[in-house]
Amino acid sequence: MAESICRALRDGALQGELAPALTIKDNINSPFGFHAFSHVLTQLSSNILAGKSQSRGLVLLSFSRSPAYYVQLLKKRGLDVGSSAKWIQILDCYTDPLGWKQRFMEGENVSNVDQEVSNLSHLCTNVGDMDKLFSSIIALGKGFVGEGTVRFCVAVDSVTNMLRHSSISALAGLLSSLRSNDSVSSTLWLVHEDLHEEKVIAAFEYMSSIVATLEALTPSPYVSRSNMDNSYLEHRSTKGRFHVRMKRRNGRVRVISEDFNVEQSGIKFTSISSEDAVINQSLIPKVQFNLQLSEKERNDRARVVLPFEHQGTGKPIQIYDGRRSFSESKDDNTPLMTNEKGNDDGSGKGEIVYFRDSDDEMPDSDEDPDDDLDI
Amino acid sequence: MDRMTSNLLDEAIGFDDPTPLIGRLLLVEDCVETSGAFVLHHLLKRAFSSPHSSNVVIFLAFSQSFIHYDRILRKLGCNLAAQRDSGRFVFFDMLTLGCSDRSGKETGEGVLVGLYCKIQRAVHALIQENKKHVTIVIDDISLLEVAANGSSNHVLDFLHYCHTLLSEVGCSIIALDHEDVYMDIERPLSLQLEYLADVLIKVGPLATGIAKDVHGQLTVLNKPVEGLQDKLRNRVQNFQFYIKENGTEFFYSGSRA
Repeated sequence: MAESICRALRDGALQGELAPALTIKDNINSPFGFHAFSHVLTQLSSNILAGKSQSRGLVLLSFSRSPAYYVQLLKKRGLDVGSSAKWIQILDCYTDPLGWKQRFMEGENVSNVDQEVSNLSHLCTNVGDMDKLFSSIIALGKGFVGEGTVRFCVAVDSVTNMLRHSSISALAGLLSSLRSNDSVSSTLWLVHEDLHEEKVIAAFEYMSSIVATLEALTPSPYVSRSNMDNSYLEHRSTKGRFHVRMKRRNGRVRVISEDFNVEQSGIKFTSISSEDAVINQSLIPKVQFNLQLSEKERNDRARVVLPFEHQGTGKPIQIYDGRRSFSESKDDNTPLMTNEKGNDDGSGKGEIVYFRDSDDEMPDSDEDPDDDLDI
Repeated sequence: MDRMTSNLLDEAIGFDDPTPLIGRLLLVEDCVETSGAFVLHHLLKRAFSSPHSSNVVIFLAFSQSFIHYDRILRKLGCNLAAQRDSGRFVFFDMLTLGCSDRSGKETGEGVLVGLYCKIQRAVHALIQENKKHVTIVIDDISLLEVAANGSSNHVLDFLHYCHTLLSEVGCSIIALDHEDVYMDIERPLSLQLEYLADVLIKVGPLATGIAKDVHGQLTVLNKPVEGLQDKLRNRVQNFQFYIKENGTEFFYSGSRA
């Protein structure tokens, strides 16, 4: 599914349509959103470098990592970030987001950033100003695609950090104007779900055509302090579930899930393992019978005579209880359970006829008949 | 003392690696019942007793005075005053700053900007003196927030700027935070810190109740580094501790002799 995300971002936007946008969200129990982000970023970059994608360049807004980090990351994944292939520009919102260094430390900066990185990055010292941010993104993008119909991608490594400096409405405005810009091919951003209110997350999800959620497989180690002792913490896994919701233009929504595992070389996606699939299948109810009765079945059921229903029929019931009958049976030798014997209305009924052999035979008593046994 | 014998805490943080904390942020979260200050003391002592004389600590003390730390570290076998005189321990006494601020007109942000500028100058001066590994210790975040007039955004901005020093010059940050001073609505600050942290140490009382031989328990979470580090760490370790005058004992639950 990670591939289908990358494909969607690679294919880009149609003329007159909003650019596809990807929201990657994670939470503290599975804080691997950045791994997923860098995976998508490198895939997209290699597509751009190979000339396979609609976009010809990438503008990266770095809020949570330094530009040097990204240059190193892309190099490590075997991508050429050299100045010869001018395809990536980093808007550096990490180094000095509020202009503290610029305002108060003028001339004192000892920056040991190497030339390669500083060629690619452009410092932004007021990240709260969305209009300025927008114009610098577009300017950077136009820088390598020119004024034609060629498009570029925009990636934001943490909108969580952006929200600290601006309101959600201003940020939403920036993101929508990016999506609707004619030279933007696709956009992606990362957000930490549990740091924001639900409405903020919902706003991001509305603005994006693909939402990817990273979820932990095991319950949270942070639930409560009393959980600190649990041994499963020892194996807090780098595994999790990757849910993707893709919205098509016609409104069709496709939901897919995958497993992920964060390894040394990066995040790896695998289809949900077979045993989990079996469990999932067996959970789907396969009902072969009707839960409701038909009219005929209901009538038939109403006609069934339950085992003891025939005893009543309006007359007093005598049930042999073993004691009372002892005295009664002295008077007359009538069978004990024959209250309806000989009556016409009981014709065809089953009955039990019982004659006592003699009076010596003791009726049932509470005594245990086996109490003399020596076991 | 040249070398310290490794204990469970050091192993969990990853001190088997010579430079486990370079470019990383270590967050200690404690609570009212159990103070996490001893972890700071332990790490301070560790920084000074390692053979690398290039280790320097910049200490932002919001909660205690220098004499307090000096007294405790002396018991642990480390002379802070001497370290301060030799320039390996840079102490920012933020207690006095708090007082001057209340009477002054400076805003919360202004205080933090000023503090950051001081730190950056100190760090750059140290780097030029070829003191390679600078550790910034913050004791503690909640009082930092008080200094920022209660604005958690300013605290996060400040920490972000300190974080830029991590990647620029390879510092480390060790910060202490109190987990339970935040109400649920304000939880984002401590959550933000947890996202920011590379190593998270949670200190709490013993889950099963008060005991004579055990003072509390620790959970150390060592997060994996994205793709760049060769070693993939993602370990959570739980153990218990017993604080003595001259050090802390760490042991797995039930294994104390």
